[in-house]
Amino acid sequence: MLEIQNLQATVADKPILKGLSLTINAGEIHAIMGPNGAGKSTLGYTLGGRPGYEVTGGTATLDGADLFELEPHERAAAGLFLGFQYPVEIPGVSFVQFLRESANAQRKGRGEAPLSGGEFLKLAKEKAGLLRMDMDMLKRPVNVGFSGGEKKRAEMVQMGILDPKIAILDETDSGLDIDALRICGEGINAIMRKPDKAVLLITHYQRLLDYVKPDFVHVLAGGRIVKSGGPELALELEEHGYEAVAA
Amino acid sequence: MSALPTRKDEAFRYADLAALAALWPLPVQDIRVAAGETGASAVVLDGANDAAQDIAITLGDGAEYDLRLLNAGSAYGRISVKVTLGKGAKFHLGAAQIAGGEQTAEIVTEVVHAEPDAVSSQVVRSVLGGKAAGTYLGRVVVARGAVGTDGEQSIRAMLLDRTATANARPELEIYADDVKCAHGCAVGELDQQSLFYLAQRGLPPAEAKKLMLHAFIAEAFVGAGEEEALTEAALKALDAVL
Ligand SMILES: Nc1ncnc2c1ncn2[C@@H]1O[C@H](COP(=O)(O)OP(=O)(O)O)[C@@H](O)[C@H]1O
Ligand SMILES: [Mg+2]
Repeated sequence: MLEIQNLQATVADKPILKGLSLTINAGEIHAIMGPNGAGKSTLGYTLGGRPGYEVTGGTATLDGADLFELEPHERAAAGLFLGFQYPVEIPGVSFVQFLRESANAQRKGRGEAPLSGGEFLKLAKEKAGLLRMDMDMLKRPVNVGFSGGEKKRAEMVQMGILDPKIAILDETDSGLDIDALRICGEGINAIMRKPDKAVLLITHYQRLLDYVKPDFVHVLAGGRIVKSGGPELALELEEHGYEAVAA
Repeated sequence: MSALPTRKDEAFRYADLAALAALWPLPVQDIRVAAGETGASAVVLDGANDAAQDIAITLGDGAEYDLRLLNAGSAYGRISVKVTLGKGAKFHLGAAQIAGGEQTAEIVTEVVHAEPDAVSSQVVRSVLGGKAAGTYLGRVVVARGAVGTDGEQSIRAMLLDRTATANARPELEIYADDVKCAHGCAVGELDQQSLFYLAQRGLPPAEAKKLMLHAFIAEAFVGAGEEEALTEAALKALDAVL
């Protein structure tokens, strides 16, 4: 589904990704772990097309389509969802307002009929319920005044509404208390654990992986995948640290 | 106020004097609110002709006034307001200014805290495209003895094109102690991070920009009696310059 080959990217002219290769097939859940500053968020942003993250080499395709030929909103329509490590606050713009427009822009891009106001609200309510989030929160301005945990849950609600093919979830578990962690974990499973979908979890901790069991675990260090393995690799990392395991 | 002002006059520094000449002299609209009373009004310039209005508001002790301005016509538009606050009076201004093409738009205010304990707040939001020039000149004067004054100005402008100009000048003249005056003033472009966030969720760039500009302009009319109608008129004007 997602095929990344020898990806190189710079941020502010500084090389961050230095030849990263990763293949994620439909139905798989992958986890990327790695020390701070390794380039994990840079990977997500580069795939999402954030301005300032420049691809200097390599390729990335989503179901065969060259991601780097597409604008950020076209990548979303192609099925790529990025769960932000730090979700952005947008005063004056409500979740329901922009998500309905977003969902319909995506549907239009795929040649599907738009959702009516009623259909959209029903969908939003269902996904909010899945994440135990009050529907009223979605009528508020995007992330404004939300706690860290609420922002992460709101990201998962958005993922549910937009129904992507692949989700790259950047430290979705940070800032969550134990209950919210379980709710998010179960939400990710309910929304994304399907034969035609895939997930790339970026995390520091085993605790999220207790809920969302990965098929593969990778260590990202110095802008490259330096080690890959099964779920046991995460436990090994937790016990011995990145340096010992990735050396 | 009979001779046409010149550029040397601070309040007319950025005015379109040629357009103003045809409108001169401007009748002053006098609004007086008696002690303890409240009032509100809105001025909407959204026509096709040059227009200028000059408003003077005098608030008695404890009086309150809520003024909203929409300066969004398709020609020259100028609104000047002078407000004098009595003891404990309250004044709020919410203004939106939208211009494109080669237009000049300006809002000029002078808020005089003549007595103690009065509160004034001003929110001005401008969106300027093309070669338009948008000006806000706002003077807050705190007279001697006007202790306990609270004066606030929040002035922001967004430039849609590099060729547009914003002149934003909040000014404070304080002759009293124990005064709380704050002004924030920023000219900028839309937040890149927010635009990327919206794009990542599938919103095309033009839609994302529009949504954010709508939110920006709507700040001018929050809490207005005719909030919905004013916002709607502003968004219509906004869409015309996008
Ligand atoms: N906007 C930026 N400007 C300059 N350097 C950046 C920027 N964003 C990230 N970096 C640098 O890129 C490197 C990788 O950062 P990041 O991808 O956020 O790491 P991780 O998510 O693995 O902690 C770090 O050295 C960081 O300082
Ligand atoms: Mg990170």
